[in-house]
Amino acid sequence: MARAASFGELRFDRISRSFGTVDALRDVTLTIRKGEFIALLGPSGCGKSTTLNILAGLLPATGGGIWLDERRIDTLRPEERGFGMVFQNYALFPHMNVRRNIGFGLAMRHVSRAEIARRTQEAIALVRLEGHADKLPGQLSGGQQQRVAIARAIVIEPPLVLMDEPLSNLDAKLRLEMRAEIRRIHMSLGATTIYVTHDQEEALSLADRIVVMQAGDVRQVGTPDDLYARPASLDVAEFMGFRNRLSGEIVESDGAGASVRVGAALLRGVAASPLAKGARATLVMRTADLAPAPPDASTVPAIVTAGEFRGDGFVCSGASESGAELWFTSPTRLAIGEAVHLRIDPARARLYPADGA
Amino acid sequence: MAIASSTRAPFDRVTLLAAPAVLILCALFLYPFVYGLWLSFAPAAGGALANYHKFFADPFLYGTIATTLWLALPVTILNLVLAVPVAMRVRLMHSQRLLTTILVLPITLGVVLIAQGLLTYLGPQGWFNRALMTLGLVSHPVRLVHDYWGVFLSLFITGFPFTFLLTLSHVSGIDPALEQAAATLGANARQRFFRVILPLLAPGLAIAFCLSFVQAFSVFPSAILLGAPAGPTRVISIAAYQAAFEDFDYSMASAIAMIMGGVQLAIIAAVLGLRGLAYRGPAGGGKG
Amino acid sequence: MRQGRTLSSRLWAAAIWLLVGVFVLNLLAVIATVIVSSLATRWLGTWLPAGWTAQWYASAWSEFQLADVLTTTFEVAFLVVLISGLVGAPAAYALARREFPGKRLVMLLLLTPLLAPPITYGIPLATVLYSAGFAGKLSGVVMANLVPSVPFVVLVLIPFVEQIDPKIEQAARVFGAGTSRLFWHILTPLLAPGVLAALLLVLVRTLAMFELTFLTSGPDSQTLVVALYYAVFAAGVRPEQSINAMAVIFMLTSMVWLFIALRFVNPTQIVARARKTAA
Repeated sequence: MARAASFGELRFDRISRSFGTVDALRDVTLTIRKGEFIALLGPSGCGKSTTLNILAGLLPATGGGIWLDERRIDTLRPEERGFGMVFQNYALFPHMNVRRNIGFGLAMRHVSRAEIARRTQEAIALVRLEGHADKLPGQLSGGQQQRVAIARAIVIEPPLVLMDEPLSNLDAKLRLEMRAEIRRIHMSLGATTIYVTHDQEEALSLADRIVVMQAGDVRQVGTPDDLYARPASLDVAEFMGFRNRLSGEIVESDGAGASVRVGAALLRGVAASPLAKGARATLVMRTADLAPAPPDASTVPAIVTAGEFRGDGFVCSGASESGAELWFTSPTRLAIGEAVHLRIDPARARLYPADGA
Repeated sequence: MAIASSTRAPFDRVTLLAAPAVLILCALFLYPFVYGLWLSFAPAAGGALANYHKFFADPFLYGTIATTLWLALPVTILNLVLAVPVAMRVRLMHSQRLLTTILVLPITLGVVLIAQGLLTYLGPQGWFNRALMTLGLVSHPVRLVHDYWGVFLSLFITGFPFTFLLTLSHVSGIDPALEQAAATLGANARQRFFRVILPLLAPGLAIAFCLSFVQAFSVFPSAILLGAPAGPTRVISIAAYQAAFEDFDYSMASAIAMIMGGVQLAIIAAVLGLRGLAYRGPAGGGKG
Repeated sequence: MRQGRTLSSRLWAAAIWLLVGVFVLNLLAVIATVIVSSLATRWLGTWLPAGWTAQWYASAWSEFQLADVLTTTFEVAFLVVLISGLVGAPAAYALARREFPGKRLVMLLLLTPLLAPPITYGIPLATVLYSAGFAGKLSGVVMANLVPSVPFVVLVLIPFVEQIDPKIEQAARVFGAGTSRLFWHILTPLLAPGVLAALLLVLVRTLAMFELTFLTSGPDSQTLVVALYYAVFAAGVRPEQSINAMAVIFMLTSMVWLFIALRFVNPTQIVARARKTAA
């Protein structure tokens, strides 16, 4: 459709939404380019679904505007926006068979019968549901229903495809399969997609850019690489799996990073923002970036409290001198109660100003 | 284990717990019904079908069917036609309790009380006619009681809440995401209603129609108290009652009761047949 | 869904609320008419009566022998509630927990009395009760009222039983509970709210049940609603205010129970139970 081709960028301009006195969304500003796959990532209640519903027109914003190029769309009714949406519970019409479900949006657009039949057939082939076209949704498995929902959303060739936690009702194996499927369909159609999820793995594997949301705010927008390696704040780092945290005082700061004194140890990490000497800071790192090593000035002593075999090694927990719980990997089995010294990978540990400092 | 093995057994002690209820219904419902059916073919005079011949030969008797239908069908259809849009709207309300409580009042108070209230309210001196005259809509009081319209309104005032509450429970059972999905696919409010909501609602509406129709068709006290029981509102219940308790012809009364049951069954079968027809085609999913 | 942004959808919404408003207003006005009239000294040709009095309640009480009628009414109602509870609750348990040959027939037997209009089966029933000598007596009225009440209790309670996990009963057995303990310590407390709700609704329905009582009662076994019918039928014999005073007393007797019942159930459930089972 002409409408699909003609947009360049989608802009959220200070969109906000409050329910009574509660702010579900505060001044969300965001620009999405044509063809991008954007994931809205965050814990439940962070405002990601609210954002999607406002974009779809299912929920009015209480402030701000949404612009598709120079056209303001947040005042339009959902049926006037022409987006495709995949709902969390699929929301397939139970009284229509697969073909009619998929063709529904085309019928609403007064597309000719023959054209509907042709495009519906194409969409069915795209989601690999040949042979199921005349079944009712109730006769399909969860994964097949999911495919119908996707086909129904994309067959209208919308400028924007919205997906609201589309994989959350599937079991683990099917989730992986459908993830690849969504990626494949996005690649073959190139439709701009906005994908809401609370699963960081899903977001990292699917998205071109990820928007991390917490408590109604956008905390960081970046590529999966960026987000995985360089979270902008302590909250985002924690959400992205930086599980260990150690607090101390900055003793030295340079272009590449900073050193922080934690107890007797002097540890290095990459600073997300310049940190002044003497400031309190929190050093965070992933489980994989902390491992036992011979003791020296840059290791943290800990007592092993538990260990789990993970095939290629062990994931252990330990208690540091200050009582902080640390998670680390070890190639060998460690006895509970054993004293170890843990070395941090200085290139992968991140330093942030300490909470409340 | 005792429980596991007893579920497999065709009959056990737990099943017998249903026996008293079954016995009571056999004795007080099934037996009288069968007895009534037999009695209707055993008239005081004439052959087995004499009662039925008499009924369908006498316009004073067979006319009651049309009279009753002429009341029951318009009221039921009106109730349903109004109940659907109101239920669609009320479903969006956060607190429905006050409204539903008010509406359940006429159902629980019953037709006799409503009839008595309407006698005064709709009467020539009642508030209804006064209000109409004050608003300048009429110059003389409208004759409503002891007429068709009195009975019609009483059936409406007790029947609408019933139909509405039934419809509301059906409408509330439809997943709101379906309507949202239709909207994102470009369907406007009309299309959403006729293409998505109505097909899903149709089976429920058929049931609501049947239950509401049965209530309206068996109109009895209000037809006597509010209507003109000798004329325009001589419904079939009245004919059956008169045969039994004024002529003491139980055989004839049973025959009329059977005819009454038969007519209702025919209408219900027709509606449910239509429902089945609508369902064999496109509709029929598991949602809702 | 979002509603009411365009003019036409606003007009449509307004029209619907107007309809609801007019309906509720008229309904409340009908009820108010009865109450106002029962308290009126004289009410002819004006919006409101000339004066107010409570004397009609006293005269209704004695003229219509309401003390006797109320006694009969509650005797009937409580007997019906008691018997349908005792018979209906075990039947609901059996039907919810067991599959047995002929179960569909039993369900049909339970459903039909709820769907069939009382007049249709009431006339043959009254005929049988007359020939058996029960009609015209309290026992006959109670029997007739059991016909819709027993199925009602069963059908309301079946979902209540079904939502109790059978594993709870199995667990109780594993821990050594016998059948009687299982009944008193497990099933009774779990089912109590459902039984209470069902019985309250049966009470309300029995108080308002006109047709069956009318067809089977005699002069000494009339319930209030039937007495009210006769009073209205013979209107003109007694002052209208007196009849309305009786109507108010009837309203109070059923509304008290209705409002107690509404503490336990949603108003929609009062009518919607039949739908679930019929659908």
